[in-house]
Amino acid sequence: MNDWPQKLFGVLKQAKVRQVGYVPDAGHKRLIELCRADPAMRAVPLSTEQEGIGLAAGAWLGGERSVLLMQSSGVGNCINALGMTSECRFPLLMLVTMRGEQGEFNPWQVPMGQATRPALEAMGVVVQYAASAQEVQPTAEAAARLAWGSYAAVAVLIAQRVIGIKSFQDQAGR
Amino acid sequence: MSAILKRREIVAALLQERGELLVVAGLGSTAWDVSAAGDSALSFPLWGAMGAAAMVGLGLALAQPARRVLVITGDGEMLMGLGSLATIGVQRPRNLAIAVIDNERYGETGMQATHTASGVDLAGVARACGLGASSAVVWTEAEFAAARKALLGEPGPVLMQIKVLAEKIPLVLPPRDGGLLKARFRRAVLGPQADAE
Repeated sequence: MNDWPQKLFGVLKQAKVRQVGYVPDAGHKRLIELCRADPAMRAVPLSTEQEGIGLAAGAWLGGERSVLLMQSSGVGNCINALGMTSECRFPLLMLVTMRGEQGEFNPWQVPMGQATRPALEAMGVVVQYAASAQEVQPTAEAAARLAWGSYAAVAVLIAQRVIGIKSFQDQAGR
Repeated sequence: MSAILKRREIVAALLQERGELLVVAGLGSTAWDVSAAGDSALSFPLWGAMGAAAMVGLGLALAQPARRVLVITGDGEMLMGLGSLATIGVQRPRNLAIAVIDNERYGETGMQATHTASGVDLAGVARACGLGASSAVVWTEAEFAAARKALLGEPGPVLMQIKVLAEKIPLVLPPRDGGLLKARFRRAVLGPQADAE
């Protein structure tokens, strides 16, 4: 099996990411564990995803790179705060695990899942999509270069098919 | 009790010998207060992103652990980011302090009452979230003298909720250009390497 969370972790290490803001998602479980176990990274669990936009801004003001991990539902919580990212041209890397798209089993996830890309794009965030496990690492690598090379706000959407959760029972069992 | 402290005097007193202090100002009146005390490259005033000031302070404090970081924000702005106090309480950065300049009003929108006017105790929330036990509501000059020392020197994180008069006072505006505010702050903190990154 393609170990995409381990490869994502490698991308973050390569990019010298020091602060990792997150609201947990089952799809990010492994990556969160890897980041929490790394003494060179500061894992910052958030009460709500929008806090991570402020965290990333503050980190950059102080000379550190950060990443935000969240589920697609959390993107909606970030929208107004992303105005600051855009106006100040803060570099930003968001790794978003998708719900509400391929094979969703919870109807309440579908509206925000379907609105994730247009909502991000409306706020000036560049959206890049990893449709398969094989695409996750190269997409994230390119997104990291875009974020810090060009001071851009970039979100990598990781397809629900990659996460592969098919039911509530499946999710609870992870 | 009723407030007697004046916000411009309070913020000026916090910043009068600021030295290398890093300051994040919440949007609206507290940004004007910080500007009135003297515009500085080491101040990052927010013009938007209401609710984000404390978290900008957290990211900055974690990135610059050897420098003191002071967030100066309003009661309405802090109420919008209440969850960030829990996040900060878990991280416990020793170099982060938050001064809430509490006039119990939304000052930019018509002086409507905030929740603190009905008694919501932000310092109590802060203590319950794991910020320093000295976090307190401040009403008097004597209490402010102690709070100032805690904000500028005591191991953080700490939050002081400073009750001030609900005054309408002249605007003193910082630069508005977000790109400029970011770039000058980074240069002042990081030196020439700010532009190489």
